[in-house]
Amino acid sequence: MIPAAFAYARPTTVEEALQAIADGGEDVKVMAGGQSLIPVMRLRMAAPETVVDLVSVSEMRGVRDDGDALVVGAMTTHHDVLVDPLIAEHAPLLVQATETVADRQVRARGTFGGALAHADPAGDLAAVALALDAEMVIAGSGGRRTVPAADFFVDYLTTCLEEGELLVEVRIPKLRGEWGVRYEKFNRVAQAWSIVAVAAAVRRENGHIAEARIGLTNMGSTPLRAQATEAALAGADASAAAIAAAAERAAEGTSPTSDLNAQADYREHLARVLTRRAVSAAAGL
Amino acid sequence: MSQITVRVDGVTYTDEVEPRTLLVHYLREQLGKVGTVVGCDTSNCGACTVHLDGAAVKSCTVLAVQADGSEVTTIEGLAAEDGTLHPVQKAFHEMHGLQCGFCTPGMIMASVDLLKENPHPSESEIREGIEGNLCRCTGYQNIVRAVRQAAGEMSAPETTGAQA
Amino acid sequence: MTLTEEPRTTETAQPEIGRARRRKEDARLITGRTTWTDNMVLPGMLHLSIVRSPVAHARIGSVDVSAAREAPGVVAVYSGRDFAEEQGSLPCAWPVTPDMVNPGHPSIAVEEVNHVGEAVAVIVARSKAAAADAVELVDVDYAVLPPVLDMEQASTQDTDLCHAHLESNTSFHFVFDAGDAGTGGDTDEAFSGADVVVSRRFVNQRLIPAFMEPRSVVVQPQGDNYTMWSATQIPHILRVMLAMVTGVPEHKLRVIAPDVGGGFGGKLQVTPEEVLALLVARRLGKPVKYTETRSESLMSAHHGRDQIQYVDVAADREGNVKGLRVRLLADMGAYLRLITPGTPALGAFMYPAIYKFPAYRFELKGIFTNKTPTDAYRGAGRPEATFAIERIMDELAVELGMDPLELRRKNWIKHDEFPFTMVAGLEYDSGNYEAATARALELIGYDELRAEQQRRRESGDPVQLGIGFSTFTEMCGIAPSRVLGSLSFGSGGWEHASIRMLPTGKVEVVTGATPHGQGHETAWSQLVADKLGVPFEDVEVLHGDTSISPKGLDTYGSRSLVVGGTAVVKAADKVVAKARKVAAHLLEASEDDLEFEGGKFSVRGTPGTGLSIQEVALAIFAAHNYPEDVEPSIDADATFDPVNFSFPHGTHICAMEVDTETGMVKIRKYACVDDVGTIVNPLIVEGQIHGGLAQGIAQALYEEAVYDADGNLTTGSFVDYLVPSAADLPHFDTDNTVTPSTSNPMGSKGVGEAGTIASTPAVVNAALDAVRHLGVTDIRMPLTPERVWRALQTGGDGGDRAAAGTTAYGGASTESTTGVSTPASNPGGIS
Repeated sequence: MIPAAFAYARPTTVEEALQAIADGGEDVKVMAGGQSLIPVMRLRMAAPETVVDLVSVSEMRGVRDDGDALVVGAMTTHHDVLVDPLIAEHAPLLVQATETVADRQVRARGTFGGALAHADPAGDLAAVALALDAEMVIAGSGGRRTVPAADFFVDYLTTCLEEGELLVEVRIPKLRGEWGVRYEKFNRVAQAWSIVAVAAAVRRENGHIAEARIGLTNMGSTPLRAQATEAALAGADASAAAIAAAAERAAEGTSPTSDLNAQADYREHLARVLTRRAVSAAAGL
Repeated sequence: MSQITVRVDGVTYTDEVEPRTLLVHYLREQLGKVGTVVGCDTSNCGACTVHLDGAAVKSCTVLAVQADGSEVTTIEGLAAEDGTLHPVQKAFHEMHGLQCGFCTPGMIMASVDLLKENPHPSESEIREGIEGNLCRCTGYQNIVRAVRQAAGEMSAPETTGAQA
Repeated sequence: MTLTEEPRTTETAQPEIGRARRRKEDARLITGRTTWTDNMVLPGMLHLSIVRSPVAHARIGSVDVSAAREAPGVVAVYSGRDFAEEQGSLPCAWPVTPDMVNPGHPSIAVEEVNHVGEAVAVIVARSKAAAADAVELVDVDYAVLPPVLDMEQASTQDTDLCHAHLESNTSFHFVFDAGDAGTGGDTDEAFSGADVVVSRRFVNQRLIPAFMEPRSVVVQPQGDNYTMWSATQIPHILRVMLAMVTGVPEHKLRVIAPDVGGGFGGKLQVTPEEVLALLVARRLGKPVKYTETRSESLMSAHHGRDQIQYVDVAADREGNVKGLRVRLLADMGAYLRLITPGTPALGAFMYPAIYKFPAYRFELKGIFTNKTPTDAYRGAGRPEATFAIERIMDELAVELGMDPLELRRKNWIKHDEFPFTMVAGLEYDSGNYEAATARALELIGYDELRAEQQRRRESGDPVQLGIGFSTFTEMCGIAPSRVLGSLSFGSGGWEHASIRMLPTGKVEVVTGATPHGQGHETAWSQLVADKLGVPFEDVEVLHGDTSISPKGLDTYGSRSLVVGGTAVVKAADKVVAKARKVAAHLLEASEDDLEFEGGKFSVRGTPGTGLSIQEVALAIFAAHNYPEDVEPSIDADATFDPVNFSFPHGTHICAMEVDTETGMVKIRKYACVDDVGTIVNPLIVEGQIHGGLAQGIAQALYEEAVYDADGNLTTGSFVDYLVPSAADLPHFDTDNTVTPSTSNPMGSKGVGEAGTIASTPAVVNAALDAVRHLGVTDIRMPLTPERVWRALQTGGDGGDRAAAGTTAYGGASTESTTGVSTPASNPGGIS
């Protein structure tokens, strides 16, 4: 299939990009890596009037160290995330999850920010951003604002980005202390989206779990935190029994969908099992 | 229409394209590079894989305008100018890594990309490395063998494999 | 290796048969120098796009094409009414019963649509993009009718009708009763007297062949002649059928199958798109091209399988089988295509498999539903039969408390009992099930795996291990023409070949078998090189063009080597016989005194004399000096019609890990030993087995064409129709035993479908073996983690779940919320 015709803009700076979006008419789509957008346009399920392509906005690419946080440009490709030494050191959970995204060709083009802004609850990176308490830096005509990941994801394929706004970078707080991480992905074939996945980061202190952060992929219309489990784990023994008990609460507060691959109750079950496994691995058990 | 200048398999072309023209359609229909094929419309099958500035991409999920100023290598430009096959091409032949051959251009281009990043992949690294390329004929076993064989040949000191 | 300087006559050339020749075909395929149909560009060529029905069942009111006609670049737009008088009905060549009901199959819908994806209008435009753009401008008024989707429901009285003008949804009722046929005892008696009866209902899900090259067709009109290039398995059959359907005289039609990217039965078809391309080209007098998208392919190219099997087996307490009863519902989809009814009917002869059932009855109903028609998919009838029998043998073993392999051994035909006439009436030519099984057990490391299984059970490991068998056979080499006639098949099963000896000594082999990945060019070269004693490199194989290869019945049913290859061998024998006469004349010797070896005729007992067959070719081309009583040619052709099928067999063993917590299954090890008779090229044979395994395993684990409650294909892209990647499949340990077939002089049996036919039940049996002790007795294919988990939780086969929508790209293919184009969704977002 061939996409429907569209006007095309390829800005080279954030400022130009915002202008191009403003100038783009009623129906503008912003394209990052295009790895979801182009197929959707080919299937004619999207037919924007204008596509604003961010591929040449070099200031949106790359990873930098900003003291307590890493700043990952929204246009940083999955491939670049995987080979970045700063991310490897300070956000290995993001590496684990990114390794499971699609395939190497898609990872060569697809971007971290594009995946987050697409806000597909089956996508792997949103739950990671949520678990790592990432912050989204959003540029608009009135300047920049920063939104915590928890407020960024609003609904199914919907973020808090207003018309005319762009996600430009993502601030990921560095994990300090004795953290272990694990991304447990469950899908039917290698290329497929997650049926359910669990992103877990666990900080141990003196044989206890001091803190656990657990992001859930595809357990609702947005990525979610397994709050009940997190609460149960705070201060718990780093033991199989304690983790198993806490993981039993992983599906609390979730509202997973039913689809071809899984009905809701099965997703809830998977969330519990995968949470137990992810947390156990992250806790070094 | 937008004007693009792109170097494909060593030849520079300047053309007018519609923004919606996919790179694979530009290659096939405007340049006659029909060695690269289209197998799906959802970026799953990988049959259209080419190298864009040295990285394997699915050319059905890249706009031709995005290739402006870039270098593209297709299956047709992989062998040396004198026709000497790339070690991966040779290995696919030697190991019977193809049957109908429709997925083969993409499979070879993805494999070359994999080996560039990981010259000594294990069997499971190969299988995961080509997870974005579907083959309906071979069951993949001989493709995996071919990639291993090519890896061996490309890392052998006396070999000077052509590189994409 | 050094080059030998010895004269050719004393060379001990390595025989080509049995040699792992690298394929000739590869040179163009690995360099991108291919001739796929979609590559074709002709001057003035127009592009077609097809407007397809978005509803499963409706009467068509009006079709308004005016806006589309006005669209830029559009040359013409046609609806069904424009072709109603000339399109005829797509052919069904296999009326399995005399009273089979065929509703007729228009290439483009005129009055009603009967499945989602059926063509309702054709757009002809100057570019592919213009043709695609105009699709949404066609306005069709549908009066929606209730869709008939559930095969079991559709087969009852209490049902809506798929075709309003028919009396029921049943197309035919086909029965084979061994008692009536005189090949077995009375089935009812066998069951009533049996110690043990086991009954099961198995679901052989709907699959999609999913060849990698989407179908494409180009038609070029030249006066009243038409050349069609098509991505088809069957150019010869297509030509005959197009002539019959459209009235274009056969001799005015040339059909070419250039490089074809896989078929697996999916391109064994006369498609609506081929007919429409021909009709449009005829109407406009211009060359046209149509290439489908993958979405169109999955939705409208024919599907496979989709049968519900009710199987009863009777046995005594000692495990001797007494009877087999199969009742089958087969989903035809909305129409009968080329061999839609024959596909399940062919299975009739395979259910008894390798076991000595004294009694057997098979009943089959073909049912219409408002879905894409089904037809051949790799194995075509035989995978379904093999699945059912290999599954029920395991169930019987459980019932009897016997080892599943022991039960099989007790009942299979022993190697010294061949040829053996089965209860279904077929005479199995040869085989050695004991040898294949012994080797397979060795390959997989059976005892170790059983020990590990025991350990995991005892420790209550969440990951359980199971081992599954499939000891299969199949009927290949389709087929003896007289047998096909007795089955009401619309054609014979012979194959044709001719050999042209060129003046320079090169050899052209023309074959009627049409390859699309199988390596005919290589294998046929090996056959001819051996027979004629010419170098492998000197042979060129021509195929797939009705002008170049004028006679043939093409490639399907693992027939190419055993039927088409035999024709090549017989043609080569004739070439040698004709050359012998000429050589004798030139050598001034008696024919009887000539030896032919290594490609050279020499006079017995006169060393140093001789004439190679390639020299004879030049001599007869010059024709200055040749015998009075022969024509000046040593070219020859042959048509081979086998007297029997061949029966490959083998033993497949799968070891499967089942994560009982999540339901995820993972093949730990897969070993198989196939007996495909004489092997011409072991590399190609191994490749066919590997690929077959992948497809059979994919049926067991991954693939299913799912329709929603409105009749939309939920699995309408590769996002949801899960063709496995390299990362999803295991390494295969394969080997062969060789029991030559007696059905053809080469002794080959056919290999194209073996892996697919055999593997599916081995995989499912393995999964069940892992969890049977936990109370699971069946799991519906494909074994999705959810189904396995549900079977573990609640029993049943885990298959009862909502046929819900897809999440692909925001659920867009079945729901209106694409999530991408609607303003509510992420307006400024990037993706």
